[in-house]
Amino acid sequence: MAEILVLAEHDGEAVKKVTLELVTLARRFGAPAVVWTGPGAESAQARLAEHGAAKVYVAAGPEYDEYVVAPKAELLAELAKQSSPAAVLLANTAEGREVGGRLAVKTGWGILTDVVGLDDDMNAEQVIFGGAINVTSRVRSGTPIIAVRPNTISPEAAPGEAAIEPVSITVSDAAKQARITERVVQQRDARPELTEASIVVSGGRGVGSADNMALIEKLADSLGAAVGASRAVTDAGWYPHQFQVGQTGKTVSPQLYVAVGISGAIQHRAGMQTSKTIMVVNKDPEAPIFELADFGVVGDLFKVVPQLVEEIEKRAG
Amino acid sequence: MNIVVCVKQVPDTWSERTLRESDSTLDRDAADAVINELDEFAIEEGLRLAEAHSGEVTILSMGPQRATESIRKALSMGADRAVHLVDDALAGSDVLATSAALAAVLSQIGFDLVILGSESTDARTGVIPAMLSERLGVPQLSFASKVQIDGNSITINRLADYGYDTVEATLPAVISVVEKINEPRYPSFKGIMAAKKKPVQTMSVADIGLDASQVGLANAASEVLSFAKRPPRQAGTIVTDEGDGGSKAAEFLAARKFI
Repeated sequence: MAEILVLAEHDGEAVKKVTLELVTLARRFGAPAVVWTGPGAESAQARLAEHGAAKVYVAAGPEYDEYVVAPKAELLAELAKQSSPAAVLLANTAEGREVGGRLAVKTGWGILTDVVGLDDDMNAEQVIFGGAINVTSRVRSGTPIIAVRPNTISPEAAPGEAAIEPVSITVSDAAKQARITERVVQQRDARPELTEASIVVSGGRGVGSADNMALIEKLADSLGAAVGASRAVTDAGWYPHQFQVGQTGKTVSPQLYVAVGISGAIQHRAGMQTSKTIMVVNKDPEAPIFELADFGVVGDLFKVVPQLVEEIEKRAG
Repeated sequence: MNIVVCVKQVPDTWSERTLRESDSTLDRDAADAVINELDEFAIEEGLRLAEAHSGEVTILSMGPQRATESIRKALSMGADRAVHLVDDALAGSDVLATSAALAAVLSQIGFDLVILGSESTDARTGVIPAMLSERLGVPQLSFASKVQIDGNSITINRLADYGYDTVEATLPAVISVVEKINEPRYPSFKGIMAAKKKPVQTMSVADIGLDASQVGLANAASEVLSFAKRPPRQAGTIVTDEGDGGSKAAEFLAARKFI
């Protein structure tokens, strides 16, 4: 059975959920072979095995964390040459897409980004133009390079060996041009990462101030959710830019998306339209976000949200 | 310093965007055309760096005839000149062909710094900056939220989920910028008048040493098989808060097993 290469995203210790999603997806097409760069493969091996990874290629060198993207693309290109995979799967994150793009140039293979589903013939489903149009596309030349949106599927358990196979490939000087000199971690709270989270609670213009974003955080924490923000909020400087959900920000696809004080302009909808369940709190009954709502409350968020938090905490009791 | 800013004309996010029935490519006539939002930040960054380091800014745009509107706007913001890569053979090019064509122009006109927006609002692939870096063999400094140049060395803050990385490289380089790296200027009246006289060089596929068989829809490495309007979501339950809105929301979440 042909291998499906899956580039792992991880924090040097634990594997990210999206990688387990990719391994789950890969099983439908071949033997999932995870490509792990830098440290941590041993500590993640059990999790990868539980999800059906057949093999884990490990390139443990420090270069992969010291230089931007290029070493990872070089590694994938080399492994692809050796193992002739049936596909290369990446997470549709900033870095995953960039690795895929470089790999596409190196190999001449076609690349599809922001894929939200694959059929048995590896035809890909994409949602474009702010969620207005569904597209089915395919790679027709070379091995498909496919960047899959996080939360597209749920990771499922299946036994695998996850046999570690060390790879010794020297990173070329050409791939060592953009050197990372410092990693600045700005917010290390207990919340899940925005694109990975199963639940996202986002605040919009209606929240009114930076201080009031605490209310959004409180609701998020009661649900174990990540916090997002509309562009109005990040433009106003009420919340950092990296939490912006929307066309020029992050695209999320959680099980539950709670939009609070967000009107639902196309700019925002582009980033959350594929969420499985959507709940809305907004005082304006005409707000377009209600068109997307599975459940909506027309009301003052400063009354509705505290009551909701109280109810959630009571039930968690 | 020779700065080239890549600019893409895209359909306005606020107008209805669709694909053409005939070939599944973007229906450019259906929507108003504007400069890709993130490219405005790239233009502004280019202008600021040019002002600080006595450089010049060239706008590079690949697109149909209509893209001249966007090129003029970029020039009216203050860029010095433009190159318009325009050729019917380019229509429907995928990211491989687009990056190859842009790289061919860049190799020909030369550059110290190439600046792009981190993605376009229409295709949203976000891969072109990385592909240009790969093709040109120069450092990739993408997702920059801050750029500093000192002589031949360039440092950026590369935005990430956890914060940012500081990344260093030597010029020439390709950078992509994120929203809010700066505040793009509006063209002044003087700028708009001046833009009319600025040189815009047009180039064809043959001019950049490529063959029509390497670009365009027919030669794309990926293809759209079908598309359809996304069906509207099923209408949900909307309640008006009468003092119990929060409780009702909690009941909904409990019924769906979120709490």
